[in-house]
Amino acid sequence: MESKPGNPLWLLAELTYRCPLHCVFCSNPIDYVRHHSELSTDAWIKVLREARELGAVQLGFSGGEPLVRDDLEILVREAHQLGYYINLITSGVGLNEDRIAALRAAGLDHIQLSFQDSTRELNDFLSHTRTFELKQRIASLIKRQGYPIVLNVVLHRYNLDHIEEILEMALRLEVDYLELANTQYYGWAYLNRDQLLPAPEQLVRAEKATNRFRERVAGKIKVYFVVSDYHEKRPKPCMNGWGSVFLTITADGRALPCHQAGMLPGLSFPNVEQSSLRTIWYESEAFNAFRGLDWMKEPCRSCPERFNDFGGCRCQAYLLTGDASNTDPVCEFSPHRNSVQTAIDGIGQNAKSGSQLYFRDDRNSRRLSSR
Amino acid sequence: MSAAASATIGFDDVPVLASRFRLQWEPAQQAHVLLYPEGMVKLSNSAAEIVKRIDGAAPIGAIVADLESAFPGADLRSDVMEFLEIARERGWIGIETR
Ligand code: SF4
Ligand code: SF4
Repeated sequence: MESKPGNPLWLLAELTYRCPLHCVFCSNPIDYVRHHSELSTDAWIKVLREARELGAVQLGFSGGEPLVRDDLEILVREAHQLGYYINLITSGVGLNEDRIAALRAAGLDHIQLSFQDSTRELNDFLSHTRTFELKQRIASLIKRQGYPIVLNVVLHRYNLDHIEEILEMALRLEVDYLELANTQYYGWAYLNRDQLLPAPEQLVRAEKATNRFRERVAGKIKVYFVVSDYHEKRPKPCMNGWGSVFLTITADGRALPCHQAGMLPGLSFPNVEQSSLRTIWYESEAFNAFRGLDWMKEPCRSCPERFNDFGGCRCQAYLLTGDASNTDPVCEFSPHRNSVQTAIDGIGQNAKSGSQLYFRDDRNSRRLSSR
Repeated sequence: MSAAASATIGFDDVPVLASRFRLQWEPAQQAHVLLYPEGMVKLSNSAAEIVKRIDGAAPIGAIVADLESAFPGADLRSDVMEFLEIARERGWIGIETR
């Protein structure tokens, strides 16, 4: 069964954890302030070269907000020369005409713009800054540089009922691709989960509205609706399997099989400043921990679905069951499914009882990581 | 069979690679891949041979002729048509009618 692992295809470079926004659904680690040191330009260039040599070809620059790195253009140019397909995942804050032109000249292939909501008030509340108008401006700047506009909207309890406005906004902005992604509960989003989890009816309504919209705009905008896995019966095939095709490098140089994995206890994630990516990818204990299928417990171990979903997400298993090698508890066969069900059953009460909503900022990060 | 919305493809039509799509040889995969925003597909050799010839100017007839001279003895018409249908359906290419 166990064959030599394949090579990485996707490299996610989380260039920095600095970010001008403070999204409550941010999936960055809660203790990100502890990882404030950042790789130098040269160290990133080394990462890009080594990963490309291993076979990585899709590259995402993200963060935090990658635009706060003023060497982004240099990194894009290097990546372009190496033959990567380069995606920039940005909130748009810090982007202006000159910067987009420079990134384009350096060889940037694609920009994904994240948007919080379509109503100014809600947007400002959820991202905690006045960014809505800015994003509208940025979207048109992106278009003018000849890029398609790919808009990513994270969905949750507070904006799902505004889906029609979000869709209309996408139409007004002449968006080419619209990704409506239900919140994934990691990092800050997990911390705020009981506030953000939508009622099942909200999801059904939003999906219906999205389908109607799809029909109406037929072909003009490509709309993706990413479901909320808590509300599903089966887990997502997380990362296409651990250590299978995805490689994340954090701002401070740790190599992770997925951008959440840093929180898993008992695994020490190697740093690119100490080892080569080849050693990390093929030989490190962390990358081999959940590779393949041999680590699985029941019910996954004997389930025919294991080849398709790889038992779901290790981080979700850890967060909800305390053991990363358990079946992802969103699975209907998981003996821990009740941990998800309890959260869903509590929807409404939890949100109404006004439990605290934590904005992702340095003060909260410092406070929460010293606990 | 075919939906009214998608007219059948003819030999004079010109396939065009969708914007932001890039064909590239990947040594690590020993294959050509089609790269696009946040995704990629690994192409079979025969698919890659077709995509290589899509330059936004050559009509399908010319692409087929060129393939048949590169791979003599094969009747590739239907294979090419079939691939182009799928590629259009998946949004990899557009077809400009002439
Ligand atoms: S989710 Fe929001 S706070 Fe988190 S990195 Fe993205 S823009 Fe910044
Ligand atoms: S038991 Fe495991 S392999 Fe089977 S469907 Fe659930 S998560 Fe997937």
